[in-house]
Amino acid sequence: MQRIGVFVCHCGTNIAATVDVKAVAEALGHEAGVVISQDYQYMCSESGQNLVKNAIKEHKLTGVVVCSCSPRMHENTFRKAAASAGLNPYLVEIANIREQCSWIHKDIASATEKAIILGRAAIAKVHLNTPLTSMESPVVKRALVIGGGIAGIQTALDIAEAGFEVDIVEKEPTIGGKMAQIDKTFPTLDCAACILTPKMVEASQNEKITIHSFSEVSDVKGFVGNFTVTIKKKARYVDETKCTGCGLCTEKCPMKKVPNEFNMGLDNRRAVYIPFAQAVPKVATIDPNYCMMLKNGKCGVCSKVCSAGAIDYKQTDRFVEQKYGAIVVATGFNPIKLDKYDEFAYSYCPDVVTSLELERLMNAAGPNGGTLLRPSDKTHPHTIVFVQCVGSRCDDGKGKQYCSKICCMYTAKHAMLIREKYPDTEVYVFYIDVRTPGKNFDEFYRRAVEQYNVHYIKGMVGKVSPKADGKIDVQASDLLAGEQLHINADMVVLAAAIEPDKTARPLATMLTTQMDTNDFFTEAHPKLRPVESATAGIFLSGACQGPKDIPETVAQASAAAAKAIGLLCKNSITCNPCVAHSDELMCNGCSACEKVCPYGAITYQDKEFRMPNRTTAVRRVASVNPAVCQGCGACTVACPSGAMDLNGFSNSQIMAEVDAICK
Amino acid sequence: MNKNLKDWIDITSGVNVRKCMRCGKCTATCPSYNEMEYHPHQFVYMVERGEIEPLINSESLYKCLTCFVCVERCPRNVEPAKVVEAVRLAAVRRQGKNHLSAEQIPPALDDDMPQQAIVTAFRKYTK
Repeated sequence: MQRIGVFVCHCGTNIAATVDVKAVAEALGHEAGVVISQDYQYMCSESGQNLVKNAIKEHKLTGVVVCSCSPRMHENTFRKAAASAGLNPYLVEIANIREQCSWIHKDIASATEKAIILGRAAIAKVHLNTPLTSMESPVVKRALVIGGGIAGIQTALDIAEAGFEVDIVEKEPTIGGKMAQIDKTFPTLDCAACILTPKMVEASQNEKITIHSFSEVSDVKGFVGNFTVTIKKKARYVDETKCTGCGLCTEKCPMKKVPNEFNMGLDNRRAVYIPFAQAVPKVATIDPNYCMMLKNGKCGVCSKVCSAGAIDYKQTDRFVEQKYGAIVVATGFNPIKLDKYDEFAYSYCPDVVTSLELERLMNAAGPNGGTLLRPSDKTHPHTIVFVQCVGSRCDDGKGKQYCSKICCMYTAKHAMLIREKYPDTEVYVFYIDVRTPGKNFDEFYRRAVEQYNVHYIKGMVGKVSPKADGKIDVQASDLLAGEQLHINADMVVLAAAIEPDKTARPLATMLTTQMDTNDFFTEAHPKLRPVESATAGIFLSGACQGPKDIPETVAQASAAAAKAIGLLCKNSITCNPCVAHSDELMCNGCSACEKVCPYGAITYQDKEFRMPNRTTAVRRVASVNPAVCQGCGACTVACPSGAMDLNGFSNSQIMAEVDAICK
Repeated sequence: MNKNLKDWIDITSGVNVRKCMRCGKCTATCPSYNEMEYHPHQFVYMVERGEIEPLINSESLYKCLTCFVCVERCPRNVEPAKVVEAVRLAAVRRQGKNHLSAEQIPPALDDDMPQQAIVTAFRKYTK
């Protein structure tokens, strides 16, 4: 006979203001099998937990129902309390009478009635609960960081600092990411390369860090503490171990007209190239789309000039398999394409550039050696117009609904740098709102206005029209003056919205992590678990989770590292015992469960079964690897014969709950 | 504030004026700007505030070319031209003064003017 204890929580007034908790405790006390039913102001408090513990001992309880908040909040608290009183923690059930009842209802009578029904359902389930025991699974003491921008580099350095092996997978030929392309950083105006490249070098020299550049993650299997990842090392047609990075091949290559993506296509590179001088690893890469040797077998200049013999035209993609305990995603962002914004003339006027292109135009390693010149005729621009929120805060189906967050600050930086270096230049910034929260950020923006005389105009640019004389007519509104302006500009700079990198979505599928509608990775909790994904063992670093500037990215990167280190420090982790199992006598070997399992936990085996008249038969049946199963329950729904069942959420338990609710 | 008229404009235009984030791109882009007393963003803001009478009485109402460039470029999908059109319709429904007389037509005629434009203009701008 079951001996069940029911404990109804007031949660201060959170529950008690809408639900008559005393009536709930009274009503549930009459349910079959219930031997004690109590209410208390804060059941999760020390004394509330003691109430549960004492009742377990005193009444020799075989099951506990706590009517309180969502199980996501305190299920663990009460399971631990039960365990310390000698009751198997999986004999505790939570009836959620806060989020699913008191918070969403106003009428006390009906809310109380609903709370009683929810409690009754939990009691019905507890009747069928069985004690479950958690298994332990070992943790591989190695981390994978996907993405080698500032976020990935910082995370890797921090994990390596704690003494664990880390691999960085970077899809480009060098690590460094977007920060390597930036000229100066706000709000201190220090040179981005000067603070980034030491970190890149540190990462490459750290013996705990392995950098897989020009590589991608092609497959992920396993689960927290024990991931198996396949890394595709793309053919760069140069032997990384032999190349010394002397750069002779990049000077001699006759194919000179390849758009240089590092300089945003504003100048050209060769078919064999090193993205920039401080690249890590400093190894050449051959672009197969342009290399004449790879395309039609004629040339071979790079191979002839390479004294190290590093050129290898026969190189193919290689696949490396490695085990990891934790994975940190740091895939970063890109500016959006502006082809849908015809009014800004970006696609056909070379003097209309994006902010990232302006970074390159102003950088000493950029196409003009650091002198700001118009891309069209290489003359000094004297009037420059900045347009904010291009594609950000848009609800027009062309842009992004969110604020890209970094544009206000980098535009103030650009405006200030231009006014500092070229005082004869007039700079206009058209803004909708100037958003500069952050340490020393608003002061920075005010400096642009007050000290550098940048013209900030509240309004938006409506139309940008290149004119025959090479000037650009910028038609805009000045909302405070109530005027429509026409500015005769030399250059227009568009603060394009930023979006997550395109590789993020297929990666999220591989990692079984969640994304929002904008393809940003979703954190486990927006306030309290900002660097963890909802999938155990997967952590988030940098702009892949949402728009971020460099200080925030670095802070989040270190936070993600701390979480990963916390996991890697453990020798083993406790597995969730609520996993699926298959009744082999009922399984018909149809493979439906194997197909729906997102974790690859189900395999099929041929097993011998005893049949009537002393015969035997070999049948194909499913078996679940409990270490891999995450208890999602997809297989139990897919199974046509009812052979699959989930511990702790069995079909009979769920039906009992439904019956109790419908009674 | 005329609540009924504002509701009527909201329904007729099908525009949710509260979506406006006051960027002024509609006004920045409007080819009739110089002719207007109230500009596209003011139409949206004044309808939001229920100040519709000044709009109905303003000549601005008839300066809008309904070229829809504000609709095309509005980042918030507010569609200011539809607001202007709804206010215009409110003025017409009110059977107020004539904004177009037959005598005005002959001097304005040229070979490029489609006949339908004249018919439409009469329907819109006269009692």
